[in-house]
Amino acid sequence: MPELRDLYQEVILEHSKAPRNYKEPAGTNHKAEGYNPLCGDRFTVYLEMDGDAIRDIGFQGAGCAISKASASMMTQSVKGKTKAEAHRIFEQFHELVTGHSHEHEAELGKLAVFSGVSEFPMRVKCATLAWHTLEAALEGQQEKVSTE
Amino acid sequence: MSAAAAVPIRERAAVQQPFDVEGIRKDFPILHTKVHGHPLVYLDNAATSQKPRTVIDAIVRYYEGENANIHRGVHYLSQIATEEFEKARETVRAFVNAAQASEIIFTRGTTEAINLVAQTYGRAHVGAGDEVLITAMEHHSNIVPWRMLCEEKGAKLRVAPINDAGELLLEEYEKLLGPRTKVVAVAHVSNALGTINPLKRMVAMAHKRGIPVVVDGAQAVPHLAVDVQDLDADFYAFSGHKMYGPTGIGVLYGKHALLDAMPPYQGGGDMISSVTFEKTTYNKLPHKFEAGTPDMAGVAGLKAAIEYMNGIGIAKIAAHEHELLEYATEVVGALPGVRLIGTAREKAGVLSFVLDEVHPHDIGTILDQQGIAVRTGHHCAQPVMERFRIPATVRASFAVYNTRGEVDALVRGLRKVREVFA
Repeated sequence: MPELRDLYQEVILEHSKAPRNYKEPAGTNHKAEGYNPLCGDRFTVYLEMDGDAIRDIGFQGAGCAISKASASMMTQSVKGKTKAEAHRIFEQFHELVTGHSHEHEAELGKLAVFSGVSEFPMRVKCATLAWHTLEAALEGQQEKVSTE
Repeated sequence: MSAAAAVPIRERAAVQQPFDVEGIRKDFPILHTKVHGHPLVYLDNAATSQKPRTVIDAIVRYYEGENANIHRGVHYLSQIATEEFEKARETVRAFVNAAQASEIIFTRGTTEAINLVAQTYGRAHVGAGDEVLITAMEHHSNIVPWRMLCEEKGAKLRVAPINDAGELLLEEYEKLLGPRTKVVAVAHVSNALGTINPLKRMVAMAHKRGIPVVVDGAQAVPHLAVDVQDLDADFYAFSGHKMYGPTGIGVLYGKHALLDAMPPYQGGGDMISSVTFEKTTYNKLPHKFEAGTPDMAGVAGLKAAIEYMNGIGIAKIAAHEHELLEYATEVVGALPGVRLIGTAREKAGVLSFVLDEVHPHDIGTILDQQGIAVRTGHHCAQPVMERFRIPATVRASFAVYNTRGEVDALVRGLRKVREVFA
């Protein structure tokens, strides 16, 4: 039986209550909006890109603890990374939360606290909403991203 | 709502006997399910109710002993199937007290029934510059079909407002009934708030101006005795699966004169009386609106569901659910940080709420871990969420088989949510 504490780890609860980089950076030159119509979660991810590098990142919006903590920790993990590196982290993160592979758990560092999500398939979309939105912002997509 | 008047005398007599909820629970096989090691506490009845053994058996019996296509065969099984199908129509007629069985159209559900009215009556009567009036508490299924019609016709969708308790502002509603209003579409009971609308008065106000009223009764028929003649509703739509019946079957009641004058909805078999390549003559009511082979097993199940409800007595069901709702409102409302959404004086079946600092989706997961099934989200009523400036609510909704013990389990579950998020 999946355990609630595996999902709602202290780090996740802490980030959901006090999200990091919860702002629109002054130098924002890319942004995208993500929406999960299933539960009404809605986030905007802001990027200040310097060529291919993410110089600054922030997010704003409303959602459940999982989606908010995921957005917060995502901003910490991709800040200063290149587009390709950010993409690679998302791939590994996605494999982790969908339960497909735990082999990159060590590489993911703090993000590994989301491994419990794989036991709660209904919550995978919560954990990945901000990431999909980040991808859209990186690609410069104008359309709102939806998880449905 | 003249609930008392619609309930047959033998059922009113039954109200006097004590309510045996444990006996009723034995009728529902699924209620014995264990979820994550806990007994299932099913409080998502407004989404769909569970089915008693008699309904499940009726569907099996249909396929094992009666299955044949209706209205066309001369053989034995076809005659049996046709008779059973039309008997079920009569059962539905009596259930909502329609004047004639031909006023009962079988559909896939409430949504299809409303679309049927919008696409036939609506397209024939709503033109450019006209208005369709709905309320601010409608389910998407009573918004989108009218939105589509208005877009097609260049008509305007008007919305009657509600107050902070989730009650319709009746005076505002009456003011919105104008010379260009061609149809009123309203929920009898709100799925997100539980509000019971003062339907009889709303219908009378519309009729004073010659405007027909389409009622979304999906959340009303499981909880209230519905008398379409007493309400004087022009159209009344409901679903089988929210009232202990199977999925995929629903009903549109319509006044005979209106249905008779309406163009058909879908074309096909059974809805015609003769076809040549030059001309089609449509069948009489109700068959004109039942193109194609219908869900005959679903109809058998719906009939069994109505018989099950009648066996207990609608008044008894309503009284039990009302008591549960009152109790849940008291004990859930008393928890710290809870804000009830939808506090109308007249309510049925639904307790919607939010909890400070905790998103409904997280609450739903934590409750599920304790075997408690509630709905979390916007309940297909996004305008209602916007009205209360919240993204979502937690909704506990009740049925005849729910107990006070289950309400207590919900309260314990919500305390656990607080622990996790402490």
